[in-house]
Amino acid sequence: MKEELQKRIVKGPDGIEFEVEPMRDYFCEAPPTVMPAAYSKIVENLFNWARSESIWILGFGTGCGAIEMRPLMTPRFDAYRYGVQWRPTPRQANLFVISGYLSTKTLKRAIRAYEQMQNPKYVVGLGSCTINGGMYWDSYNTIKRLDQYLPVDLYITGCMPRPEALLQGFEDLKKVIKAGKAEGANDYAENFEWYKANQKQVIHDWDMPDYNW
Amino acid sequence: MEFEWIKIPYALLTLFIVVNFGLILTALIAKIAARVGRRHGIPIYQNYIDLIKNYGLRSSITHGVMFYLGPVFRLSGGVGLLLFVPTIFGSEMFSNFSFAGDLILALYFVFFGTLGMALGAAESGHPYAAIGITRGLSQVTAAELPFALAVFAVALQYQTLSITDIVAAQQGGMMNWTVFTNPFAVAAAMLSFLGSMMRPPFDVVLAPQEIPIGPPTEYHSSYLALMQTNRALFPIAKIVVYMNLFFGGAASWPIFFLKVFLIYMVSVFVGVVFPRFRVEQSIRWFLIWAVPLGIIAVVLV
Repeated sequence: MKEELQKRIVKGPDGIEFEVEPMRDYFCEAPPTVMPAAYSKIVENLFNWARSESIWILGFGTGCGAIEMRPLMTPRFDAYRYGVQWRPTPRQANLFVISGYLSTKTLKRAIRAYEQMQNPKYVVGLGSCTINGGMYWDSYNTIKRLDQYLPVDLYITGCMPRPEALLQGFEDLKKVIKAGKAEGANDYAENFEWYKANQKQVIHDWDMPDYNW
Repeated sequence: MEFEWIKIPYALLTLFIVVNFGLILTALIAKIAARVGRRHGIPIYQNYIDLIKNYGLRSSITHGVMFYLGPVFRLSGGVGLLLFVPTIFGSEMFSNFSFAGDLILALYFVFFGTLGMALGAAESGHPYAAIGITRGLSQVTAAELPFALAVFAVALQYQTLSITDIVAAQQGGMMNWTVFTNPFAVAAAMLSFLGSMMRPPFDVVLAPQEIPIGPPTEYHSSYLALMQTNRALFPIAKIVVYMNLFFGGAASWPIFFLKVFLIYMVSVFVGVVFPRFRVEQSIRWFLIWAVPLGIIAVVLV
């Protein structure tokens, strides 16, 4: 663990020394909870319609598939007319596109970004590396099945899929969201121990809290 | 001075009309910019969908009381700015709460929202928010200076602090507008207008390609929805003040829509042509170009 995350004695500005344990004191230790849908079906349908027509993607290109996401911002493919925007911060995003292979180093950061997003949130796996390891199926450093580490709502196959395939994938994701089936965040909260055990099995330098609120 | 309770529904009606107009106008401006760039851009009603989505998020993280109050201050700054200036001149229904001396109150409300957001973003604890706030506050302070000078010049010229009287003095033909009777004040104020609309070349504070979105970095779900409502409302309210002070006010809703749209397009025309300034460059620009115009305006009156 990094030196600033160890338990240590700190001298405050007024001269009093106190003990600080950063992993416990600076982070929240509560596990995630299942957040139920809105109390009335018609309200939840309205919210799901709004969530599907206004998808905000986290601007975090995790792998080589990010090169297929960038043309969507250009005039040729123009994802903005579908309501899709890119946001730079996980607090404001509700879709996380895992674009391509996911090395264990990136998986740790992807988990940190995913857990900071707000419920309801969606994950799309781009490319065949998220399905079965793809081109890196026998690599020591990448994960082979994304489903074991993060709850995935949709896969877009290809190596790499063309931008038109991504747009078609977003349209399919909208259908999934409107049907009310995209409850990845609640799945994550329900099976939290299983996901966490899988993640800790591949990430050996874990220096984050269990859930990054 | 008695308070007429009928003013409250009228004020809410004005607020409703202006918020809807702001949401549609913002999307329309984005669509015009998109068409100029040979693409289709967002649908016109996209702002409504974004608001519904953000209000409908199921969870949110708070960093404390000031974090919660940041968007509240910002929205109350926008609402206050709109409700204390006369929206439609001469209409009893839409004059809102304007009174003698509301010019100084308008100046106060223009700055109030940014201060509230600064306190909220500072409490969020994100270092990018802190950098964004230092940039934003310094730029807004420098941009506010020529506007204040122009307002003083106009107040001295018309010998009144009530916006309703200033609009009344500009009726009776286009040559009576302040833009023709006091051009230096209007020039200084329009330069300051470019700065406070947060469009290029002055958008280093909020541009997503800079530090991740600046002050609203930690804001999400309902907090962000409040700030987005403000972002639809506040530019319109500021343009209403500009319209009343410098361009003759509006005597009916269609003229109001047209004038607000045209004044907004002034900042868009400048924005699509120029790249971004750094913060010290923009402060230097305001102090060299806009403030002397304001000083000349005050001296000449």
